Amino acid sequence: MLSRTAENLYWLARYVERAEYLARTIDATLRVTALPAAYVGKTNEWDSALLTAGVAASFYQTYEEANEHNVVDYLSFSVDNPSSIRNCIEAARLNSRSVRTALTSEMWDTINSAWIELQAVWSKGTSTREDLAKFLRFVQETSLRFDGSAYRTMLRNDAYWFSRMGVHLERADNTARILDVKYHVLLPEEEHVGGPLDFYQWSSILRSVSALTAYHWVYRETLKPWLIADLLILNDTLPRSLASCYGNLVRNLDQIGVAYGRQGPAQRHARGIRNRLEHSNMNDIFQHGVHEFIQEFITDNSRLGEIITKQYLI
Amino acid sequence: MAVAFDEMNIPGGDLRPAYQELARWLKETPPEALEYRRQEAELLFRRIGITFAVYGEAESTERLIPFDVIPRIMSGKEWALLEKGLKQRVRALNMFLRDIYHGRDILRAEIVPDDLIFQNPVFRPEMNGQQVPHDVYVHIAGIDIVRVDANDFIVLEDNARTPSGVSYMLENREIMMRLFPDLFARHKVAPVERYPDELLSALRSVAPLSASGEPTVALLTPGVYNSAYYEHSFLADKLGIELVEGRDLIVKNNEVFMRTTEGVKRVDVIYRRVDDDFLDPLTFRPDSVLGVPGLMSAYAAGNITLANAVGTGIADDKAIYSYMPDIVKFYLGEEPILKNVPTWRCREPKDLAYVLDNLSELVVKEVHGSGGYGMLIGPAATKATIEAFREKLKREPEGFIAQPTLALSTCPTCTATGLAPRHVDLRPFVLTGSKSTTIVPGGLTRVALKEGSLVVNSSQGGGTKDTWILDE
Repeated sequence: MLSRTAENLYWLARYVERAEYLARTIDATLRVTALPAAYVGKTNEWDSALLTAGVAASFYQTYEEANEHNVVDYLSFSVDNPSSIRNCIEAARLNSRSVRTALTSEMWDTINSAWIELQAVWSKGTSTREDLAKFLRFVQETSLRFDGSAYRTMLRNDAYWFSRMGVHLERADNTARILDVKYHVLLPEEEHVGGPLDFYQWSSILRSVSALTAYHWVYRETLKPWLIADLLILNDTLPRSLASCYGNLVRNLDQIGVAYGRQGPAQRHARGIRNRLEHSNMNDIFQHGVHEFIQEFITDNSRLGEIITKQYLI
Repeated sequence: MAVAFDEMNIPGGDLRPAYQELARWLKETPPEALEYRRQEAELLFRRIGITFAVYGEAESTERLIPFDVIPRIMSGKEWALLEKGLKQRVRALNMFLRDIYHGRDILRAEIVPDDLIFQNPVFRPEMNGQQVPHDVYVHIAGIDIVRVDANDFIVLEDNARTPSGVSYMLENREIMMRLFPDLFARHKVAPVERYPDELLSALRSVAPLSASGEPTVALLTPGVYNSAYYEHSFLADKLGIELVEGRDLIVKNNEVFMRTTEGVKRVDVIYRRVDDDFLDPLTFRPDSVLGVPGLMSAYAAGNITLANAVGTGIADDKAIYSYMPDIVKFYLGEEPILKNVPTWRCREPKDLAYVLDNLSELVVKEVHGSGGYGMLIGPAATKATIEAFREKLKREPEGFIAQPTLALSTCPTCTATGLAPRHVDLRPFVLTGSKSTTIVPGGLTRVALKEGSLVVNSSQGGGTKDTWILDE
């Protein structure tokens, strides 16, 4: 297939995934900030929302204060923020238009309808909490529909694999970023002094990767920070964990390798990251420092993005 | 101006046979039901994303072309005549192009004046002596046809460069079949579905000799910002070929390749929807980023077929148009089946005198203008405008042609106040491959939605209709 087509499919999937992640981040932040101050402490949750979205620096060029109004606006509707939800949907539609021939009609319909709704209903942003909740649900549903249509309607060939790679690479990056911003509340067992404050921080992390219920099913335990870290990093049954994303990335890259009859640096690099995740345990990770581990992962992950681009997309 | 020919009603109250069943159906169908399906159709178009861009508008650059749900119907007999005429016309266009870029018999015979060719900006000297596979220049032609009475089809314009609109022909039918299955059950409508297949076989049939057994065809688009982008992606999809942009292609050793995830792959035939000027920055406009550097040398080496060929603009130029009846006669020795709009060439003193005397009744067009710019519509112009134009015309008569205002035929159309006649034209698409010329029965009917308006252009409030050819 055309390199440009593969590139568009890959980025299309990334934009949709990113939009959903931003919606979840806002949703989780709204929940935490709705609690009385005693439960959340003095941290500015809107500030960490900006950090997990990776747009704090550009935000402060426009705004003075990270409060609900400003952050929601910047993350959701801002035209100036290249990764606002609006711009993600715009970019997704533009990418879809350039690769219409590689999309199934269901996928096109999902993105095009979302884009039409964005213009028709959400062009002026939201004025009430209720509206905002509706908007966030709309974004999440768009992503679910997109994923579902891809899964159910696409041929299982390179087009599908490139699109999946976009999803998993973006997802891994998002999960890693939450961990990176929140690692300080995820301390090793012996150092932990749990209070109500931490509980809400932890549940907020899980919520932003839609893993709160999953946690209980996996561990049948009350919320414990090292288990949360274990779930998000190493547990490959959780679709948003780093281990699961890399399981999928390696599989997709292998499928492409088989179809094209040759492997390359992308396959090797992805396998390297996956092996490290497979052979790590939480004790070692805490020993080395969660922060360092996550930072390294983020670098490795974006390196994989560059390698894929070089090997296939240009 | 003469009274327009009504394609449905015969003056005096009778219906033309092709419309009888539709009229019965309309009588049985309550207006609300029609309105409901009309809205449904609009929703479908929007969802599918069949849009076109209007240049120069910052906001909402994508628009829908209004779709009118009342089909335009033609009898099989009428179509047979039209089809014959179209094939004849396109055959002549191809022979004319071959001649202009090779022997130039027609110039020696003094049928067409030299300066109209050699001083014409759309004439491409690069094509002199250049062989094109099977001598086909115009693989896809869109001939704009109007009717003014029951017996005659008149060619308004030959589009021999990169005619667009065929996606509307196909999508209009698709949507009509979805919304009006009952109406189709009562008519025998000739299908248009096979157009993509015929286009692909025509394109494959003209692959260069150096192509492998299964020639690779690609559609070259200027990109998502082009007004006809939807059509480009639609056709690439239906043909099952890659939709490429200039940056996807590279030329190596005079062969054209596309960049794929598995390395480069040779391309043999390019169905290009990019104008000549932008094809190759090394040959044409150096500032073009839409093109492929070196494409013209691969073309000259005979390793790639471009459809349509480079330089076809000389055949559909307004200055050449008026010579078309003579061109048909010269190459085919036949009387032209399709008529031309009577045209006065202001370059000829006799014609100029007539035009100057009758400015208030004529449409005067710039030879090299398009899109209705620089045009005088006599009956609608003020005295001052006419006088100003008269001066322009005297200064540079060779830059103008004049035609009578035509009363385009009308078809029943949905309007705010119920069904009413509106003016229509028709663009059938003529495909020419190595062996045959084919036309899918139908075409794009454009309709001027404003009462009395004769302007069917989508950029100026025109809409489209499904075109039915009855298979009797």
